[in-house]
Amino acid sequence: MSHHIIQANNLKYTYPDGRQALNGVTFQIQHGESVGIVGANGAGKSTLLMHLVGILFPDEGEISVGEVPVIKKTLPVIRQSVGMVFQDPDDQLFMTTVYDDVAFGPRNYKLPEGEVEKRVKSSLETVGILHLMDRPPYKLSGGEKRAAAIATVLAMKPDILVMDEPSSALDPKSRRRLITLLKRFTHTKIIASHDLDMVLELCERTIILNNGQIITDGTTLDILANEELMEKCGLEMPLGLQGCPVCGAKKAT
Amino acid sequence: MSNMIASLYNIRLLDELAEKRTIIHNIHPLIKVLTTCVYLIVVVSFNKYELSGLLPLVFYPVIIIALADIPIVPLLKRMLVVAPFIIGIGLFNPLFDHSPMVVLPWIQISGGWISFFSILLKGVLTILAALVLIATTGMTRIAAALGMMRVPRVFILQLLLTYRYISVLIEEVGRTVRAYSLRSRGEKGIRFSDWGSLTGQLLIRTLERAQRVYHSMCCRGFAGDYNVGSEKRIQIGDILYFTGWGLYFVVIRYFNIPAAIGSLITGV
Repeated sequence: MSHHIIQANNLKYTYPDGRQALNGVTFQIQHGESVGIVGANGAGKSTLLMHLVGILFPDEGEISVGEVPVIKKTLPVIRQSVGMVFQDPDDQLFMTTVYDDVAFGPRNYKLPEGEVEKRVKSSLETVGILHLMDRPPYKLSGGEKRAAAIATVLAMKPDILVMDEPSSALDPKSRRRLITLLKRFTHTKIIASHDLDMVLELCERTIILNNGQIITDGTTLDILANEELMEKCGLEMPLGLQGCPVCGAKKAT
Repeated sequence: MSNMIASLYNIRLLDELAEKRTIIHNIHPLIKVLTTCVYLIVVVSFNKYELSGLLPLVFYPVIIIALADIPIVPLLKRMLVVAPFIIGIGLFNPLFDHSPMVVLPWIQISGGWISFFSILLKGVLTILAALVLIATTGMTRIAAALGMMRVPRVFILQLLLTYRYISVLIEEVGRTVRAYSLRSRGEKGIRFSDWGSLTGQLLIRTLERAQRVYHSMCCRGFAGDYNVGSEKRIQIGDILYFTGWGLYFVVIRYFNIPAAIGSLITGV
């Protein structure tokens, strides 16, 4: 997997209750790209992300990461290269200490304990919570939990970071810290979010999903500044691109 | 309601205690599991009327609790949860077994009462030993020790995931009951007619949550083995710990020390 190109061809997926979540999704993401996936609730964002790590498999179409198809047989390879940060950090933190939680992935890949320790400490240092390593995860604040969840993924040294609503339930300061942190990462990033201002800051490319289909795929600024398109997809322009709430003056773009 | 959330913290308390660093915590998990197993076997091997022989076995949990710096009150609270079951088991012994066992000038104690207290003591000792093991070792390290004992992987996994599922379940119960109580006009408890839908909801929600936790585990390379890192080797101190307690248990099993002391003092 030298280039880590993500290629999805005509993905279709219907949930067992009959709800069609993806209806012919096709895209290609190049190595090092930062892509925002936006869309109203139920547009299919989370379903799409789950296809990237093989939690769900498409009914039709195929998806590949670095020319390796995402199928049951290739999951260990895929999951080593694609790290997913879940929407709720509590789902991702289940051990008794932050250290053990971050070490969970590397230990599963049978790395020697010395290497595990190195990885855990460097991941925790990257997200700035090394001092919390002996704390139980459920005693952390929302922002710290999120940082820990990201560290658990970083310890796997993935090439691609997939995140589902990384800024949800964060206070403004924690959100800012997260954005600064993510800006530093050189990984390929795929971020599904309703936080359009964050998408605007972090992603040069945006894909809008609506009813399981890609409505548009292009430069973030072009898409998010298109008021008519955003309205059509049940979205709103990012606050940073809207006029001043006090004087009504339009922001110069 | 507040009890629900409190019990969640209680469950996690054992995990937190297991992270302490004391002389007992530092003993190899396998040794602690084996010692506990021997202890349990010795406790249950006593005859139902051998109450006095059991007494010296109280020292094991007491000494461990003291050395491992474990607060006694939370452990006793957990014992209370199980107490009704133990009492339930022994309850009918005093009613059916009237044969006098201990005859003192002022009182006669029947065999039923002796066996009742023997069941009670056995229950208390075995549960205390198990709680002390969890509080000094932690569930994941106990699982690693079971792995070393060649216990089939599927059982270990079942044990660990059930243990994790309990906290997931209690969290969900806590949220559901809180939401319910806010809309139930100050009624106490949950109305009988709502039990069905509430438990149904709870089952679905906890299953979904457990599924998400499982997915996140799979995404990080989980393939059925719960790895807790390389455990340190068994050292001479560990072996001494095991042999020391082992010898003590065996001596107590074959010699009734309280009776011996009693006859020494009374000279009978």
